[in-house]
Amino acid sequence: MDLFRAHVLVCGGTGCSSSGSAELIKRFEEQIAKNGLDKEVKVVRTGCFGLCEAGPVVIVYPEGTFYSRIKVDDVDEIVSEHLLKGRIVQHLIYKEKADEEQHSTLENIDFYRPQLRLALRNCGRIDPENIDEYIAFDGYRALGKALTEMTPQQVIDEVLKSGLRGRGGAGFPTGKKWQFAAASKADQKYMVCNADEGDPGAFMDRSVLEGDPHAVLEAMAIGGYAIGASVGYIYVRAEYPIAVKRLQIAIDQAREYGLLGEHIFGTDFSFDIFIRLGAGAFVCGEETALMHSIEGGRGEPKPKPPFPAVRGLFDKPTNINNVETLANIPQIILNGADWFTSIGTPKSTGTKVFALGGKINNTGLVEVPMGTKLRDIIYNIGGGIPNGKAFKAVQTGGPSGGCIPASQLDIPIEYDTLTAIGSMMGSGGMIVMDEDNCMVDIARFFLDFTVDESCGKCTPCRIGTKRMLEILERIVEGKGEPGDIEKLETLGKNIKETALCGLGQTAPNPVLSTIKYFRDEYEAHIYEKRCPAHHCQKLLNYVITGKCRGCTACTKVCPAGAISGTVKEQHKIDTTKCLKCGACMEKCRFGAIEKH
Amino acid sequence: MKSLAELEAIRQKTLEKVAMRKEGSDEIRVVVGMATCGIAAGARPVMLKFVEEVRTRNLNNVTVAQTGCIGMCRMEPMVDVIVPGKEKVTYVKVTPEMVSRIVAEHIVNGRVVTEYTIGAAEGK
Repeated sequence: MDLFRAHVLVCGGTGCSSSGSAELIKRFEEQIAKNGLDKEVKVVRTGCFGLCEAGPVVIVYPEGTFYSRIKVDDVDEIVSEHLLKGRIVQHLIYKEKADEEQHSTLENIDFYRPQLRLALRNCGRIDPENIDEYIAFDGYRALGKALTEMTPQQVIDEVLKSGLRGRGGAGFPTGKKWQFAAASKADQKYMVCNADEGDPGAFMDRSVLEGDPHAVLEAMAIGGYAIGASVGYIYVRAEYPIAVKRLQIAIDQAREYGLLGEHIFGTDFSFDIFIRLGAGAFVCGEETALMHSIEGGRGEPKPKPPFPAVRGLFDKPTNINNVETLANIPQIILNGADWFTSIGTPKSTGTKVFALGGKINNTGLVEVPMGTKLRDIIYNIGGGIPNGKAFKAVQTGGPSGGCIPASQLDIPIEYDTLTAIGSMMGSGGMIVMDEDNCMVDIARFFLDFTVDESCGKCTPCRIGTKRMLEILERIVEGKGEPGDIEKLETLGKNIKETALCGLGQTAPNPVLSTIKYFRDEYEAHIYEKRCPAHHCQKLLNYVITGKCRGCTACTKVCPAGAISGTVKEQHKIDTTKCLKCGACMEKCRFGAIEKH
Repeated sequence: MKSLAELEAIRQKTLEKVAMRKEGSDEIRVVVGMATCGIAAGARPVMLKFVEEVRTRNLNNVTVAQTGCIGMCRMEPMVDVIVPGKEKVTYVKVTPEMVSRIVAEHIVNGRVVTEYTIGAAEGK
């Protein structure tokens, strides 16, 4: 194997792939060969770096220079200047803000400095398709330690002591789950990885699978050893083609090295892993529905108990963990539970990965210690709200979570604090909303999603959420009636109490939390037929103000012929004809048209 | 995989290739001036020789990097050897033949090859 003096790491995550990183890799390889540097410089495709906003991202080591938004045409310059002559290409370096100084290395960027990457530690640093690189960064040492130095019970005790809780959303202690599965007696048990990440805007698990697939395999083998399972399944969405491909490559490599298969590390422990693809049903992220889907049945949940640890996949004791949960396991085994509990807070140990999205400057993936304040994530790491708009709320936990208003921004992020204020940790989606977002419409959006994704097995979820959606649709169309808010609250509470699975039990959360914190917006819609955020089309009126110069540009774009007026005089909009499409406002050069 | 030793062997073998990506390493840095002047004076073979020496000796705490012109083009090829906790040593007019000695004496054994350094060249 050759030694290289420089490594060019190009992000191959889904975000950067869609902005053309595959082309970049090709061009880098061409240019490096053309300049005769192919013996000195190595190009590596890695997983997601997290700062997807600035993609495609390229890092050049040993300097650690962080280039962002690299186009194919920029590659020639990086190769001829940086790689050939050693001069960093200043104008391509990542900039936090237009007027700020440029930072050339990853660690100095505000986006990364407050972060602590445990689950994502290898993402963006190793080649996910090369098992040797994973091993070089301590990969599979935890499995070796568990198999040769620890009993299954000791492994479980260590995970219990670490306080690790499920990162998929509910936050159930992982050690306890393992303990239950280990206690069940059976001839066959299963270890399942839930990679059916379905929350809109969430991509934490995808990034781990794409950037560090071996960490998941290693953790599953450790879990298999702890509970006494010899077979593992990874249930991953078919919509994640890169993740599926890299997982399969990783499984093949691990089998080749004997890290999966018979007698791992010369012990009596044998374990193998298979991939099962999901067809994109949100409900299949629910563990009982997921197991039905693996078995080939319809993705529908069933009541618990019996819990999967007693009777799960193929009626055998089964343990199911989320991808991010598993990604923490090898490091807990290697560094010990005490190390893990030193991070985070007493009740929520370790770190959490969040997918930052919505009205925020740095969209991307962040990993912070538990207990970090929401304000720090949004303003320090996320870089605040774009275009000088005011922060309104942040939605956590996806369709199962709730909206958190500005008044609650200083609470530390923990499982229990988030639940207490009516949201939840969820899988880690974090959607930021500014003053232009209508909270009623946000609630409608998430409910629309759950209505779509409800499997229809239980009545509260099938019919209840549909009724709630109908009420919300009425409200945003200006047909809200007195009593609607109370109806939503009663329905929401009933659905939470009676739905069969987690999907239905949490579906009303976005509605209930927005009513709790933004009741005035609901009231404005219903009683005043007004949308305070000027978002709901049906409740808007476009008005031409005194700034109008009478240029007639708006009359020409209006598809309904609703604007009248003579040249050089103030025009007028006929509200009965107006379709509220906003075309006139876009066209006006004088800012004379306003939404009321 | 039959033993931990086997895993450790793969780890060590790969580690030297990826060491530059590890954080907070106490590595020794060899920085070769690779601006136009340096390349024209023959910095490329010097740098390749460093890479080769580091590889053959399995020095996985050494990084070979490049830098731009520091202004003393007449002294090129110039090479900085930076050992953590010690003052930076600058070698000048380095040839591939000199590299083996710099690696053996300075990097491996910690003895600066004084006669190759900038101080010696300036004193002449």
